[in-house]
Amino acid sequence: MPLSDATSISIIRRGNRGRNVDLIVRSVLIICALVAVATTIGIVASLLTESFRFFQKISIFDFLFGLEWSPQTALRADQVGASGAFGAIPLIVGTLLISAIAMIIATPLGLMSAIYLAEYASETSRGIIKPLLELLAGIPTVVYGFFAALIVAPMLRNGGEELGFAISSESALAAGATMGVMIIPLVSSLSDDVINAVPQSLRDASYGLGATQAETIKQVILPAAIPGIAGSLLLATSRAIGETMIVVMAAGLAAKLTLNPLEAVTTVTVQIVTLLTGDQEFDSAKTLSAFALGLLLFVITLILNVFALRIVDKYKEQYD
Amino acid sequence: MTDTVNILATAGSSRHSAERRFRIYGTIAIAISLGFLAVMVASIAMRGTGAFQQSFVDIAIELPANKIDPKGTGDPTVIKKSRFGSLLKKALRERFPEAKSRKEKKQLYKLISSTAEYSVRDAVVANPSLVGTTATFSVRASSDVDMFLKGNIDATLDESQRRVSDLQLGWIEDLQSKGQIEKRFNSQFFSGGDSREPEQAGILGAVMGSALSLLVCFLLSFPIGVLAAVYLEEFAHKGRVNRLIEVNINNLAAVPSIVFGLLGLAIFLNVFGLPRSTPLVGGMVLALMTLPTIIIASRASLRAVPPSIREAAFGLGASKVQATFHHVVPLAMPGMLTGSIIGMAQALGETAPLLMIGMVAFIVDIPGGVTEAATALPVQIFLWADSPERGFLEKTSAAIMVLLGFLIAMNLIAIILRRKLEVRW
Repeated sequence: MPLSDATSISIIRRGNRGRNVDLIVRSVLIICALVAVATTIGIVASLLTESFRFFQKISIFDFLFGLEWSPQTALRADQVGASGAFGAIPLIVGTLLISAIAMIIATPLGLMSAIYLAEYASETSRGIIKPLLELLAGIPTVVYGFFAALIVAPMLRNGGEELGFAISSESALAAGATMGVMIIPLVSSLSDDVINAVPQSLRDASYGLGATQAETIKQVILPAAIPGIAGSLLLATSRAIGETMIVVMAAGLAAKLTLNPLEAVTTVTVQIVTLLTGDQEFDSAKTLSAFALGLLLFVITLILNVFALRIVDKYKEQYD
Repeated sequence: MTDTVNILATAGSSRHSAERRFRIYGTIAIAISLGFLAVMVASIAMRGTGAFQQSFVDIAIELPANKIDPKGTGDPTVIKKSRFGSLLKKALRERFPEAKSRKEKKQLYKLISSTAEYSVRDAVVANPSLVGTTATFSVRASSDVDMFLKGNIDATLDESQRRVSDLQLGWIEDLQSKGQIEKRFNSQFFSGGDSREPEQAGILGAVMGSALSLLVCFLLSFPIGVLAAVYLEEFAHKGRVNRLIEVNINNLAAVPSIVFGLLGLAIFLNVFGLPRSTPLVGGMVLALMTLPTIIIASRASLRAVPPSIREAAFGLGASKVQATFHHVVPLAMPGMLTGSIIGMAQALGETAPLLMIGMVAFIVDIPGGVTEAATALPVQIFLWADSPERGFLEKTSAAIMVLLGFLIAMNLIAIILRRKLEVRW
């Protein structure tokens, strides 16, 4: 049926308007998607500019390789140690020490929980245990911090006294152990996914050769799942390094270069919080150093994350 | 022959015991994790339940008209100016005349909260007819007395080792024998702001601060997150730019929360000059943190909507925008909402970024708007946990119980929403 000119024009107009709406909607959507990118750019830009200002006052080598951290700004210019010391090594070592303790606790517990849940647990017990473990992940870190400072640290100190050890009440062990428990669900749920992704045919083949379930897990499933598990452990480590509240509440404030888990150490995140809470003048090296520490933290965790996500992705494709 | 059988038998049994051991390791790992959870929750609940009660002391206070309101105006501003503190102290001295020396009197005054005079004042302002009479008031006991009555101070210790003196113990006993001291539900804990005195401190200010921050967070992150997910799932061509956005979102989800706080401090406060310590900035920072969670959940939800819905819409002449917003998004909404509620629950528990933007101040007033200085529930827990007073230990645990209560409620809502609204294709 031939259309009159007027109708076809109005159809074309409507088509145009439709295209305009389409364009507007599309732009709004793109802008929203770009907010995430803008956030990353904002993080990088703000950390870089403030750190740049810091490195104008303190050399970047002194920061990265200095062995002493005491960011006190002097009241008088001629005071002893007026310049403050901004060597990040004790903080990095403290952070790694606490994260290592956390991972030593979380790796076996998380991994064994995941194996049990994936391979042994019945459907019903899995349905009960898994949400309970996830509850552990849902508890705010400030609660863990409170628990570490109030219960775990005094318990360790008293236990140490009985055995004749001197354990600091802000020991790396207390903060690290509590953090380890916090990370268990992260390790177990990521590893659970990885173990479940191992094809059933591998298990069946192993059983067919007469292997027991434990032998199958240890000799077939775990080797097949190793890359994915490594990825999930890296993600968990990155989480431990960036964790703030547990260490703010349970670890020490004074920077001490030690690997003894019974002593008090401080971490990068603790120092950022101490430097930036309370009144601050925005041009002092002391305040700016927090951003340099933030940049350090961001770079370390980003490298770990990118690496871990890449491993996990690659591994997923392998069996898909 | 028997040897082989034996070898096989022993090998079999050792392999079986290895199997059993391995299985037991798994059970132990789960038991340790869940045991820690149980101990943590139980020890906090044990310490916290006390805070829902507070000891009150009944005391008869003389309210002479010539000292409070000589002209009998009943004007609140006049009444407010009178010195209720000294009237209260006089009443205490009359109740326990045996306190003679300065030191003894000081101990006597410490039986009740230093904030008690204000509650007496408010009661008189509210009811001016009390002026000129002797009225009995129920005032808060001091935190030390409260702790003793709740069994947190051991009376058998040497006097120098405890915060309640022998003299005070005698007075408390006397009050108890006459039924003039009792524990009651502590409504102040749920209706008051922060205070330097543990017996007066409440969490409403922090709860309001959290609620306002979450409101800002939701209003920003939900629409942006959903629209970003719609773009990535429905509109984007699978090009390099979109791959970049995707990688970026995944990495953003793993950035330490404190770094978001630094971003807020450097950009929102120092560049944009937004007001410090406010729920507005707190909510904005939390929104950026929650965004990846919402985007990831919303994408999964959109992906679950079958292509047939889109094709049917196209077949009826709908444009891409119409098909998406009239059909796909509404069907994906339950999943998006569930993801957002879980994201909000995470944001509610977040502390570190709020410390960076100054939401750690001591704030007594209950915030009424997003641009007023406020603190948040987890930050309040952090602040109280830092206080040395025994009374705050109880408040900290109780505040944690409230926080966990909110979190459980939010997660339950998410689960129920998912069960009720989720469509299985």
